Amino acid sequence: MSNQGKMDCGRRRLVVATAAVGGAGAVAALVPFVSSLLPSERAKAAGAPVEVDISKLEPGQMMTVEWRGKPVWIINRTKEMMDTLPKLADAVADPKSEKNQQPAYAQNDTRSIKPEIMVVVGICTHLGCSPSQKFKAGTEEGMPDGWLGGFLCPCHGSTFDFAGRVYKSKPAPTNLEVPPHVYLADTRILIGEDKKGA
Amino acid sequence: MRYKNLLDLGLTEQQVKENLMFTSDKIGELMRVAARSDEQKQWFGAAPPDLTIIARARGEAGNAGAGADWLYTYLRSFYRDANRPTGWNNTVFENVGMPHILYGLQGQQVMNHETHKLELAVPGSMAPAEFDKSVSDLVGFMVWMGEPQQEYRRTLGWFVLAFLAVLFVVAYALKKEYWKDIH
Amino acid sequence: MAAGNFEKYKSDGSLAGNALEWVDARFPATSMWKGHLSEYYAPKNFNFWYFFGSLALLVLVIQIVTGIFLVMHYKPDAALNANGVPIAFASVEYIMRDVSGGWLIRYMHSTGASAFFIVVYMHMFRGLLYGSYRKPRELTWLFGVGIFLCLMGEAFFGYLLPWGQMSYWGAQVIVNLFSAIPVIGGDLSLIIRGDFVVGDATLNRFFSFHVIAFPLVLIGLVAAHVLALHETGSNNPDGVEIKANKDENGIPRDGIPFHPYYTVKDIVGVVVFLMVFSAVMFWAPEGGGYFLETPNFYPADPLKTPPHIAPVWYFTPFYSILRAVTYPLFGLDAKFWGVVAMGASVVIFAFLPWLDRSPVKSIRYRGPIYKTLLTIFVICFFVLGYLGTLSPSPMGELVSQVCSVFYFGFFLAMPWWSRMDKFKPVPDRVTFK
Repeated sequence: MSNQGKMDCGRRRLVVATAAVGGAGAVAALVPFVSSLLPSERAKAAGAPVEVDISKLEPGQMMTVEWRGKPVWIINRTKEMMDTLPKLADAVADPKSEKNQQPAYAQNDTRSIKPEIMVVVGICTHLGCSPSQKFKAGTEEGMPDGWLGGFLCPCHGSTFDFAGRVYKSKPAPTNLEVPPHVYLADTRILIGEDKKGA
Repeated sequence: MRYKNLLDLGLTEQQVKENLMFTSDKIGELMRVAARSDEQKQWFGAAPPDLTIIARARGEAGNAGAGADWLYTYLRSFYRDANRPTGWNNTVFENVGMPHILYGLQGQQVMNHETHKLELAVPGSMAPAEFDKSVSDLVGFMVWMGEPQQEYRRTLGWFVLAFLAVLFVVAYALKKEYWKDIH
Repeated sequence: MAAGNFEKYKSDGSLAGNALEWVDARFPATSMWKGHLSEYYAPKNFNFWYFFGSLALLVLVIQIVTGIFLVMHYKPDAALNANGVPIAFASVEYIMRDVSGGWLIRYMHSTGASAFFIVVYMHMFRGLLYGSYRKPRELTWLFGVGIFLCLMGEAFFGYLLPWGQMSYWGAQVIVNLFSAIPVIGGDLSLIIRGDFVVGDATLNRFFSFHVIAFPLVLIGLVAAHVLALHETGSNNPDGVEIKANKDENGIPRDGIPFHPYYTVKDIVGVVVFLMVFSAVMFWAPEGGGYFLETPNFYPADPLKTPPHIAPVWYFTPFYSILRAVTYPLFGLDAKFWGVVAMGASVVIFAFLPWLDRSPVKSIRYRGPIYKTLLTIFVICFFVLGYLGTLSPSPMGELVSQVCSVFYFGFFLAMPWWSRMDKFKPVPDRVTFK
């Protein structure tokens, strides 16, 4: 009968070998379990790119489409709305959209491909509420004086301008996310994909 | 079953989109039948079975191919029977509720009550041999649809068994080593 | 050797040592480790049959882990979805086709169910071979019978969940069995179903029983089973009490520490078991139509009974006994007595410790009577099991009646025949090599 401590070299080697092979097997056995936690084929199908026709979207109007279960706003910005953007350069936290919240092609002053058409995920970057429209400048109820129009998150009061840029000193850490999107034609947008795939 | 699964058969997305997608415009979507099964239950008296899982349901102990063979014979054995509401009967599935969906290809068979054999009364658009070949392709496809990952499952089995064999060798050596102590 | 009377761990001054000392002062870590593993002395002559206890524990873990993951995707709902398929049935197909890795997890669970019964039947047969149920291990055996009953309930509830034809009609038939009980029967089956037929209410309560109620009881019983065993110490193929012969340190002379000797041995058993398990799971998950019955590939249809209803294989011996009873008795109909016989055929195992009066435990020192009768008993069990998978027939009925009579005779006459045998002398020490 052996005691602890006098484990010889060969025995130790075998213990290590069994533990290593068995451990590798245990890790491999985790694969199906972990992968079952990922989005299923059904969820992937629901998350497929969405095609949107914006030919009926008048200036000043906003439409919401669902992509991966999230609201995506498409806003046809008016001249007045566009004019507010440069004025707010000092008021917003990331005026030049330096944080990676948009594809490279939307990293510009208007955060869009076509200047007037804004495509943005309508989910506050703070804790995931959907901000509401506060489009009227100055007169909106509950908004601070000198409000130029934009969005207000009802949960914790973050405010965003017409390019989805967050105001300074608000709970939301970054600008609203611009989803990958591409123009299939002049008035047709594919949301969720960059280039026209199959 | 999603259209996307067809890509595993070596079809390209373009081929699937242009030729096969009848019920959806998205490749990730489920293939659907044109009629809901509860509607069909009203029309045919019974909800139609999913023929792809019949191949599995008709399988037998020790004969995995039995389900596929049954399906093949079943699809070839429809005959005209005026007594049935659908006008069709089947030699392997008596008083079947399903009408003959492939009669345009096979033609119409009738039962010869003396020989108890089926005879082709009205030829279809395919010659008998050609039709049999098509049915066997169709059955092969349905068996695959019944469980698309079955090929992968069998292959994976070999890897797992090979791994366990290695583990067995090490574990057995370890056991031998320890049990040297016991007299 | 019970846990509790071991010295507390003393740190060697290292960080890990201090941490362990802190824990050990507040929780019996060392004493549990020693009492149940490193200083639990098991007889050194365990053979093949002694693998199945640890294997049963392994299968329990497999079932719990795979079950947890299946519940994440399964929906207990008998309503029809947009395609006219019951949601529960569709959610199983969803697991099989859409959830990545889902088919593997489900096959593990369905193969695991059958594996559980195979392992448990082998484990019970081991008890019969070597008299493991005899004094002083009666309570271990009773907990074991409890585990077996619980497992049957668990399997029965779980089988309804895929909501296939066999699930549905199997549940319908078994629940209706309770209506055979006089006076309260009708109400009882109504309470079990929660509806006038097996329906959505039934599915939801069976789901609840299957995923939480029975597993909790099962785990509790397994803990009690192991604790009771470790109180008395394990039996062995010779049926010799190793505690009767201790050395100067109070350690049984024929005992060896469970860890490392039996841990390394059981690892080998586990690997071999996993090879068989994987071969079935990857290459024949339907188990030839016995593990996954083919009518269950059709969704449940309350208007159409499948031509042939058979329970899953692990229930068929008892189901055969149910069908074998065809005579009314004492003014109560055959259906009632069938249910009684079926219940009795399971519960009768609990009485074994008191039915067996032989002076020796192990079959090794018993005579031809026990060997013959046990062989016939096993044959009867298999025949009953096989007949239970078939449609009823006059011949089958007669054979199952003969087997049922023998089945009960084996137990009920045991107090007499177990004493009459020709016994061999039992050695003082176990035989090893």
